[in-house]
Amino acid sequence: MLRGKQTWWFESRPVIIGAATVVGPDEGEGPLAADFDLVHPELDMQQKSWEKAERLLLEQASEFALQHAGIDSSQLQFFVGGDLLNQIISNSFAARSLGVPYVGVFGACSTSMETLALASLMVDSGAAQYAMAATCSHNCTAEKQFRYPTEYGSQKPPTAQYTVTGAGAAVIASSGSGPYVECATVGKIVDLGIKDPFNMGAAMAPAAVDTIQSHFNDTGRTPGDYDIIVTGDLAGVGHPIARDLLTRGGVPIDNTDFNDCGLMVYDVKKQKVQAGGSGCACSAVVTYGHLLKRMRKGQLKRILVVATGALLSPLSFQQGESIPCIAHAVSICAGGEGA
Amino acid sequence: MSSKEATSGRYKKMSMSPKEYKTYAQSKEPPRSVFANCVKAYVVGGLICVLGQAVTELFVHLMGMTPEQASNPTVAVMIFISVILTCLGVYDKIAQFAGAGSAVPVTGFANSMCSAALEHRSEGLVLGVGGNMFKLAGSVIVFGTVAAFFVGIAHLILGTGGQ
Repeated sequence: MLRGKQTWWFESRPVIIGAATVVGPDEGEGPLAADFDLVHPELDMQQKSWEKAERLLLEQASEFALQHAGIDSSQLQFFVGGDLLNQIISNSFAARSLGVPYVGVFGACSTSMETLALASLMVDSGAAQYAMAATCSHNCTAEKQFRYPTEYGSQKPPTAQYTVTGAGAAVIASSGSGPYVECATVGKIVDLGIKDPFNMGAAMAPAAVDTIQSHFNDTGRTPGDYDIIVTGDLAGVGHPIARDLLTRGGVPIDNTDFNDCGLMVYDVKKQKVQAGGSGCACSAVVTYGHLLKRMRKGQLKRILVVATGALLSPLSFQQGESIPCIAHAVSICAGGEGA
Repeated sequence: MSSKEATSGRYKKMSMSPKEYKTYAQSKEPPRSVFANCVKAYVVGGLICVLGQAVTELFVHLMGMTPEQASNPTVAVMIFISVILTCLGVYDKIAQFAGAGSAVPVTGFANSMCSAALEHRSEGLVLGVGGNMFKLAGSVIVFGTVAAFFVGIAHLILGTGGQ
């Protein structure tokens, strides 16, 4: 049900009955290592190509999510997924393995919440009883496609971000136990003319701010209504910008724990990740791994995840175009209060 | 459940022009220490050259070559070392520290070809390795040749031509 301008309110409270995360070695050395279901010790995961490795991450995450949900893939009605690779091949191949009706989406690093919002909408509207939202990214496939060969020696500026290797999947159901998806604010493209693909945090920050403000305007809430608000992958450069812009816009963002998945997934000071993490998997593994676990432990009651995406292509930035950015916000509440 | 008057919009959206935002965002970037990068590039680039000189000396003193004769095998050895370091996954780490210091010498050129070949091996020998090896090195060759052409013309006009 539409509330305000761009927010879907899910009256039926679609439940996340199972979620899972699989990550690579760098995330396994990060501070959230214990929250992931599986940590691969090697980046290649004994696959013949980086692309196959990324696909494997997604297949494993969706398999674990189904196990945690206690359902079979035959019970799953729709699979909504997306990734960073051209023609979102990781998801298409994973959907081939799953054999479930598939809706492929592209939202770059905002895909995690875009797919969660769509899957929740499906369940809330009665279009599905069980739907899965999933996304994945791999550091090496992203380097290969968007930047340089992985072993190429180029110096990255301190504003650059490190693509998270991992995958996250969640099974949304019309009933069951677990945290429920309360509402989702779909963002619009915000482009303030940043052209540097090594500074995506600064490019995406205004999109995150726009969606957060829209969310509060649509729902009548304030930051204090959330135990934590996380942005997707603004990292060390973009996150302080977002905080500053929100404060300037009169949003009392300091009334909540305002953090960023790109800063949470790595130990930014110790690990060589420049400004922090990025990629589709960044917000997915932090949300489905870390935040939902904290929610189950009762440490968090209501969270807002604002996944940010830089919708550029290698072609568009080489042609001198600026980076169109987007952010989607999803509010997730701890189950148990009449769910 | 939230209140109804919320839809009127309490928080005013920011109005910043791309130009203003660019200046603002630049002020938020962590400083890049150009001086430190120059020093690192100088030291590492210099060390690579010292290594190259040492290899040349080896060829001259151990194998009785003239310094001119030694230059080609020296380049080959440097390329070989760079390729090995690239394959071991070390060269990109050196480059993150050294910047231009490891990019400018011939070892950087070898790294750009080797890394592209490794990366695109999964797409096959012809379309993958063959088609992508010069992806980064290609522009070095193109602009190197163009520059050589103009230098050649300058020599011709000024009458300072080579040997």
